[in-house]
Amino acid sequence: MNSTQALSRNTILDSVRANQPAKLPMPSIPHFHMNQHHTNQPADLVAAFCESIARMAGVVVTEDVPDLDSFQCAKFPEAKVICSAIPEYAGTIKPASLNHWSEASKIDVCILRSPMGVAETGSILLSDIELQVNTIAFLAHDLVVLLDPKQIVGNIHDAYEHPYFKLRSYSVLMTGPSGSGDISGITVHPAQGVKTLTVILSSALSPTPNASRRMG
Amino acid sequence: MSTPVDQAKNAERFLADTVHEQRLDKLLWAMRMRRDAAARQVPEWEELRTLASEIKEHTLSNLSDYLIQFEAKATANGMIVHWARDAHEVYDLLAGQGSNMLVKSKSMLTEECEWRPFLERRGIRVTETDLGERIQQLDDQPPGHIVGPAIHKTTQDVAILFSKKYGSDPENEDAAYLAGVMRENTRPDILDARAGMTGANFVVAETGAVVVATNEGNADLSANTPPLHICSVGIEKIIPTTESLAVFVRLLTRSATGDRITQYTSTFRGPRKGAAMHVILVDNGRSARLGMKRFWHSLKCIRCAACMNTCPVYRRSGGLSYGSTYMGPIGIIMMPTFEIRKYSELPFASTLNGSCTNVCPVKIDIHEQIYGWREVMEENDQIQVVKKEAMRVADKVLSHPTLYQIATTTVSTALEVLPHFAVYNRLNAWGKHRDVPEATTQTFHEWYRTHRPKTNEEVRRG
Repeated sequence: MNSTQALSRNTILDSVRANQPAKLPMPSIPHFHMNQHHTNQPADLVAAFCESIARMAGVVVTEDVPDLDSFQCAKFPEAKVICSAIPEYAGTIKPASLNHWSEASKIDVCILRSPMGVAETGSILLSDIELQVNTIAFLAHDLVVLLDPKQIVGNIHDAYEHPYFKLRSYSVLMTGPSGSGDISGITVHPAQGVKTLTVILSSALSPTPNASRRMG
Repeated sequence: MSTPVDQAKNAERFLADTVHEQRLDKLLWAMRMRRDAAARQVPEWEELRTLASEIKEHTLSNLSDYLIQFEAKATANGMIVHWARDAHEVYDLLAGQGSNMLVKSKSMLTEECEWRPFLERRGIRVTETDLGERIQQLDDQPPGHIVGPAIHKTTQDVAILFSKKYGSDPENEDAAYLAGVMRENTRPDILDARAGMTGANFVVAETGAVVVATNEGNADLSANTPPLHICSVGIEKIIPTTESLAVFVRLLTRSATGDRITQYTSTFRGPRKGAAMHVILVDNGRSARLGMKRFWHSLKCIRCAACMNTCPVYRRSGGLSYGSTYMGPIGIIMMPTFEIRKYSELPFASTLNGSCTNVCPVKIDIHEQIYGWREVMEENDQIQVVKKEAMRVADKVLSHPTLYQIATTTVSTALEVLPHFAVYNRLNAWGKHRDVPEATTQTFHEWYRTHRPKTNEEVRRG
């Protein structure tokens, strides 16, 4: 820190110390579990998660997805560049193959796994661990996220107990595709980020199918 | 010496254009209704408001300790922390970053410091990536609302603007089409920029993290795509812990738009490998405001704009009429701390109906502070004679329960009795442009007397 910076720092802190009111106590923060959902049973949380994310134009797939390739081909038939950030699916590229983070703009569909969903808001958690290249979840056209329904927590208080918020350089609670109401209050998708967000509720998926199965 | 902003006169211009005025009024009121519906769905809503208020008051009363804690944590996480006393120091820090083009997400602090024009004068091209903010940038206008900067514009306004600036179809007023035009034109800048700038909604002392909420994902793009992320934040945005962050995240978007959360609520704890992250902690008058006994509570503000959406004056005069960075009720109580004479008339752009205070998620006593600022202006002789008279009348009536009851019992008489300027002056500037609604035949006091349950004594008497 140079001398000008040190002066600014000390001047601000001195002024804050001189002016801050007499110390007031920090309240304790409850979890409000029973208020939000009658129980925290998995079935209730899944239903609440689905309702919440639908409000934000996110799509949830609750039925079995036998293999991701067929799912992806049926849903995004035009897609050419499929970036998979999960080990069980190959895609056409992996995040590690991107030299610059801006190169993620060539991705049509990005496939990820989220470690946590939030019933209250319909959010999914992603961090630099899952993303590897943070921009893949924003510069891609469409996003497909796998989520184990057992990893859905009740509310935002529960969500912020996830260790990522204290450990990771970057983490995001993502809720639906990019949107904006900035033009005359009319909600549109997308704005700057992904056009669609599909969450597949699935605890496990079959391994990457081989090419012949894809052709079939 | 600067001339006071004449909000009422500016509002007259906005009111003259009935298309925009009525649209804005309806749009913002709908937002207020959505906020109410969202709040009703949360049984602990009022408890959350109290918690949020108490957490902010605790943090502000221990601000120096929390700032030092944040600095230590953020530095340990690999961020570079700067301190800026005023807008000039922010300029100096930014100018030293050596980039000729940068992308940025919406930040009221950068509006407050007017740093975009500063950088542009020095040859640094700045692209706003928030749709509303970009619209305002292209139209060379400041934001008209702190959440929806271009909310006062119609789809037609935007279609015409984009056709001039981007060559798009001026006849196509479809909002999705227009958002697409903006996306196509902004994306190349996001990919090319060497620096990205964001503000922050919250700064967490415990973890050294900054938290940014957007619907568009543009802050994540601006922060993650270029190799340099600069985050500027007011020192009052600090909160103690991730646990307390949850309280604010639950309140913020519900209060702003009625949604439960923004599409992206992102936590930046440090730079990614090979990139740099700078955080600029900006004072710009905040530490001085902390010492103002009557007004320091305004530092609790989380910028949700609920007070604007509910304010009858704001809805009918538009954000630009305030001639200030922050507008509406919260603007009225913040702006005089920046420049007292210039914003001396803003405290009169209010009916003191208290609705702003009722919806504030952090329980700022907004309408009481507005009244407090009127008194300060009078003490400092910052207001014109006509307003002083109006204040004396209002003061007398509002501070005297019996007079107030008499006045409300016979409204029509009161309207005759009160001097003309008490009804049709800048205390009630928008009144000039609308009919005073017909007075009800029964006041609440009268209604209550006839409808309240009988007391035991009355029951006995029959």
